[in-house]
Amino acid sequence: MANDVWVYIEHKDGAIAPMSFELLGIGKQLADGFGSSVSAFVIGDKVDDLAKEAGAYGAAKVYAVEGDVFKTFRGEAYAKAAAFLLDKYKPEIALFRATVMGTDVAAAAAAQLGFGLCTDTIGLAVDGGKAKMTRAAFGGNYTVSVVNEKAAPQIATVRPKAFAMPEKDASKSAEVVKESFALADADLSTQVVEFIKSATSVNLVEADIIVSGGRGLGNEGGFEIVKQLADLLGGAVGASRAAVDSEWIPYEHQVGQTGKTVKPKIYIACGISGAIQHLAGMRTSDCIVAINKDPDAPIFKAATFGIVGDYKEVVPKMIEKFKSKLGR
Amino acid sequence: MKIAVCLKQVPDTEAEIKWDIPKGALSRDGMDSITNPFDEFALEEALLTKENYDGEIVAISMGPEGAKDVLRNALALTVDQVALCTDDAFAGSDTYSTASVLAAAIKKVGDVDVVFTGKQSTDGNTGVVGAELAAILGFSPLTQVSKVRSIDAAGKKIVVERAVEGGTEVVEAKLPAVVSVIKGINEPRLPNLMGIRKASKIDIPQWSAGDLGVDAGKVGVAGASTKVVEIAVPPPRGAGEILKGELEEIANTITDKLIDLKVIK
Ligand SMILES: Cc1cc2nc3c(=O)[nH]c(=O)nc-3n(C[C@H](O)[C@H](O)[C@H](O)COP(=O)(O)OP(=O)(O)OC[C@H]3O[C@@H](n4cnc5c(N)ncnc54)[C@H](O)[C@@H]3O)c2cc1C
Ligand SMILES: Cc1cc2nc3c(=O)[nH]c(=O)nc-3n(C[C@H](O)[C@H](O)[C@H](O)COP(=O)(O)OP(=O)(O)OC[C@H]3O[C@@H](n4cnc5c(N)ncnc54)[C@H](O)[C@@H]3O)c2cc1C
Repeated sequence: MANDVWVYIEHKDGAIAPMSFELLGIGKQLADGFGSSVSAFVIGDKVDDLAKEAGAYGAAKVYAVEGDVFKTFRGEAYAKAAAFLLDKYKPEIALFRATVMGTDVAAAAAAQLGFGLCTDTIGLAVDGGKAKMTRAAFGGNYTVSVVNEKAAPQIATVRPKAFAMPEKDASKSAEVVKESFALADADLSTQVVEFIKSATSVNLVEADIIVSGGRGLGNEGGFEIVKQLADLLGGAVGASRAAVDSEWIPYEHQVGQTGKTVKPKIYIACGISGAIQHLAGMRTSDCIVAINKDPDAPIFKAATFGIVGDYKEVVPKMIEKFKSKLGR
Repeated sequence: MKIAVCLKQVPDTEAEIKWDIPKGALSRDGMDSITNPFDEFALEEALLTKENYDGEIVAISMGPEGAKDVLRNALALTVDQVALCTDDAFAGSDTYSTASVLAAAIKKVGDVDVVFTGKQSTDGNTGVVGAELAAILGFSPLTQVSKVRSIDAAGKKIVVERAVEGGTEVVEAKLPAVVSVIKGINEPRLPNLMGIRKASKIDIPQWSAGDLGVDAGKVGVAGASTKVVEIAVPPPRGAGEILKGELEEIANTITDKLIDLKVIK
């Protein structure tokens, strides 16, 4: 139907990125608002298993483009196929994940078709028959709401963890509509020649627990303590820009306006003062714990729990307690 | 080799934001402005490319007259040519219109081999103008670039590293390409006094919608699909609780509280 809501299924190595399911949840709510239904669309070399999963998470239909050229992810190729599907079916709105992979596809497809695009969306609602999208701007100090005043479809990328995960119902299945879209290697101008897996494998954006360190750690060695706590809790290691600029830890760990925006369930900030540019990247975390030796540090205004003290004493003590309480 | 670099002027992060809701755009008058921090990396990469491979650089910005400052800064760092795309019709552009105007400017420059952009701006911070620009121009899209390994202008080839989820992707692409760089790809240099003095005397060419052959009805407020209808300050977080007592007691309390959240697996 013309005012359907579409959800782009992001996948890698045969598995769907869990947050695509999150999009099916909010997609369903939007579709209810429009009086339409939610469908998924997927591009890959073999999509049947992916389509089945999408059905179990609530997609009524799954539109798919299959082909060898889509065996490994390539933004350029996937975007062409996505643009083909969107142009053919013109749903009301298409949701993508606001990840590197999702954004590459969304942006190129939107530009190819001249569609409106809202990125890093954190709020979605139907208002006056149109999708109203809310996103953070100016480093998270403000939020803005945007609507599409022109023709559908509207494209939106949605920040991971912004919406609740729907329940899986294995008894539900989706009708799969396979479309043929011919694309050859020769039509493409980019080629992935190598993939170097990150040794530290930081996935800050999807982590439920993040332990971060700042300039207050004093030196590179401070991150050993931070990492110990993160490892113990099964979390990821974050950092302030000051710590990154001091070269104690690579940039991929940076949280904040010019780093990553994160929304874990627990964010533990060690030796971080709480500058607005840092807060911009983590202020929507569910529970924030701040450890800082300065009782006047601004981070305490944003913290759920504050501990005034030296991290070198506080963090090892927490590790000790966690070990005994969790039996690790 | 012909190198283009896109530089955006943004409000200083500390500046108070003034918003013109009827227009759905930012009022930029009287606001302290800076070059988008990410674009300093794009500019530096353009300068390094010129030094390593020879060529000339043209820096392009779309914005009001005041955006001349970012181009003057680029001139002080010895870019060869600059152009300010400015027209009342451009005000209130969305990402697609912005990319369309920049694309028209790059076509006007002509024979560009590589376009550098920043990863994102710190005001609109959509982070998609680079990818949209590539799609409109039909150039190779290279986003999230953490390193340029090599450029072969004669063989029309570029090899870059991209920072993606879970690692680094090495991509070989045909030229022309749009390369959007991330922070940390290089160390941006600062202009010296002589450069600044020289740059202050150079006239900055301005390109209007007409000069660019852009349909004024398709850009700016008139052309934007997306319109900002509301701006709000997110609600402050509730005042937190400072845990008091001896270290032993504090550590006990905080670990209990965190375990109670049932997030730790
Ligand atoms: C355009 C722009 C973009 C920026 N983007 C980012 C960004 O993305 N992310 C980011 O983080 N910053 C960013 N910044 C920088 C930001 O303004 C701050 O400078 C930075 O966040 C400070 O890092 P910090 O809190 O680690 O260091 P500091 O501000 O120096 O704070 C260190 C803190 O550690 C405490 N401390 C010291 N010793 C101890 C100890 N032993 N135990 C416990 N506490 C201790 C101190 O009391 C102090 O509060 C940006 C700035 C600008 C201008
Ligand atoms: C608060 C706010 C929210 C907005 N929300 C949306 C929205 O949801 N959807 C939408 O379509 N538009 C939106 N806009 C408009 C959008 O920001 C502008 O169109 C802007 O000109 C381009 O997008 P960007 O700043 O996000 O650039 P980004 O895509 O973040 O910038 C990437 C790179 O592109 C280059 N670049 C971008 N703009 C220029 C320029 N003017 N001149 C030269 N180089 C440039 C720079 O190299 C930059 O580093 C919003 C604007 C604001 C201020």
